[in-house]
Amino acid sequence: MSRQLPIVAVTPFPRAAAGALRDAQLRANLGRATRTIRDKRAAVVAEVPDWDRLRDRAARVKDDVIDRLPELVAQFARAATAAGATVHHAVDAAAANTVVTELVRAQGVDRVVKVKSMATQEIGLNEALAAAGVTAVETDLAELIVQLADDTPSHILVPAIHYNRGQIRELFARRMPGFHADSDDPAVLAGAAREYLRRTFLAARVAICGANFAVAETGSLVVVESEGNGRMCLTLPDTLIAVVGVEKLLPRFADLGDFLRLLPRSSTGERMNPYTSIFTGVTPGDGPRRLHVVLLDNGRRRMAADPVGRAALRCIRCSACLNVCPVYERVGGHAYGSVYPGPIGAILSPQLTGQDAGHNATLPYASTLCGACYDVCPVKIDIPAILVHLRQTGPKPAAERAAMAWLAWTMRDRRRWRAALRTARAGGRPLRVLTRRHGGRLRRAPWPLSAWTAHRDAPLPAAESFRDWWHRTHDS
Amino acid sequence: MTPELSALFAARAGDYRAGVHPCTPAELPDLLATLLAGASGVVLPAGTPPEWTARLGRPTLSGDTLTAAQLDAPGLAVLTGCALAVAETGTLVLDGGVAQGRRLLTLVPDHHVCVVRAAQIVADVPDLVIALPDPTRPLTMISGPSATSDIELNRVEGVHGPRRLDIVCLPPHR
Repeated sequence: MSRQLPIVAVTPFPRAAAGALRDAQLRANLGRATRTIRDKRAAVVAEVPDWDRLRDRAARVKDDVIDRLPELVAQFARAATAAGATVHHAVDAAAANTVVTELVRAQGVDRVVKVKSMATQEIGLNEALAAAGVTAVETDLAELIVQLADDTPSHILVPAIHYNRGQIRELFARRMPGFHADSDDPAVLAGAAREYLRRTFLAARVAICGANFAVAETGSLVVVESEGNGRMCLTLPDTLIAVVGVEKLLPRFADLGDFLRLLPRSSTGERMNPYTSIFTGVTPGDGPRRLHVVLLDNGRRRMAADPVGRAALRCIRCSACLNVCPVYERVGGHAYGSVYPGPIGAILSPQLTGQDAGHNATLPYASTLCGACYDVCPVKIDIPAILVHLRQTGPKPAAERAAMAWLAWTMRDRRRWRAALRTARAGGRPLRVLTRRHGGRLRRAPWPLSAWTAHRDAPLPAAESFRDWWHRTHDS
Repeated sequence: MTPELSALFAARAGDYRAGVHPCTPAELPDLLATLLAGASGVVLPAGTPPEWTARLGRPTLSGDTLTAAQLDAPGLAVLTGCALAVAETGTLVLDGGVAQGRRLLTLVPDHHVCVVRAAQIVADVPDLVIALPDPTRPLTMISGPSATSDIELNRVEGVHGPRRLDIVCLPPHR
């Protein structure tokens, strides 16, 4: 493939993060926004007495889906086809983009409207359509902001979280035809988006959406949204194309009961989002006459084969883990170099692409392993455990590999280990004297150890080992 | 079904800044007329009970034939019933059945008035997905007016769907 997917980091995370940390405005915007959403989520989650049992059940349902992916994909395809949809299977991003582009061309249009969709972000669909001469108009307010700014999304739920209201007003004034409001009141800005998009909706003949859930039993798709732009796209145009990652499947319609309780509370901190649309195939006289469903794999079945990493496929893209992450809150979404930022992005992007893609192998290190993400995850993905797993299985610099191999060799033999400790104690003796003022901790070491001491102090070997102390005090 | 469910539904729907109006069947025609007094016209889906429109005094339009562009006319309102409602979340559920019409009807006009009977209210979303008569009909779950949280994660009412939502709650039958 000639084009890099938007889930591949082109800059190592530490370098991208260092750049983001210099942006005080970004940090202020993010801090305010994530604090708001954290408080809202905590309040509505506390209302549900069996929240933890709900999470356990949802995790089990998703694990069952991951176990039975091929079977459930086939069941969904049968049910959706019987209801009048046309189902396509796309093994990777290029295949999905080709299918969608051909479907759009077949309708003879050069403009499509879009519902916010992470799957289409992941495959770079808008860029592929643009290359084929088709303009994709993002209709979600935050996606529209990002699109007008020629920017990239920085949050799963609120792609424009890094903008404050003043910046958005200024952007609209520059880029939105017909905008001339002086106010930066969010209601005024939302009203402007309504005016701007209304004619586009009424004229649109093809819409593209994703899905939050796909029900294998009935062939139904579920789209969860707030603004009504989703409903516009799902009901006005003649042709609707849904791009759906295969992990979005749920076995039974009744499973929606738990998931529709978990998602809005975790995501926007609401008991329920304003609009949820559930549709099955086509319905004569209501909505599109043609429905195409593109089921996207793009690395998911390979992920399902990793016994530890597969749990990331449970993700329902709520973004609660972003909002509680101390790293995300400070560096923002762009530092992760992927449309999937934050803790979930740090385990999704490298697994979807393979750790050798771009600098995605640096993403599992973008965490303090504090575990806040695990606590809030509605499907109980043990994100810290997967981060550690990916660090263990990811590529390492040659020097680190050599050092670890030497350490393993030393520690395999008691005499070698004792000799190494003795040497370390002897070498540490003069350093202990020098560092007495700092509590016997080394603050600055020469290269290559400076890579460690640049950010943390290094402890010195103790003056006496436990074993020596035991001999001295008990063996005499 | 119980008075408690009705009260919870009314409170939760009110939290979204929807207008919530409990009323008796006898009061219904006048209440609907008051709520819709400012509309330039009222869109009615097939199967609207005649008593809902008895006192309306506004031009009515049949929802069956209107195009999206016609529904976009300034000042239009739409009057519907619903299939079910959810108490815990203050959610209306429409499935295109009697007195509900196509999904478009409750989306393009700027004002939606929905009549809910107490018997249609279930406790929570898990009860809802089990109670739906046919899950493969086009379903729309509505929780308050159209809104966005995209600017600084503050909820703002009114983007693409109806900016005004009024819910009229009828009591349980005795």
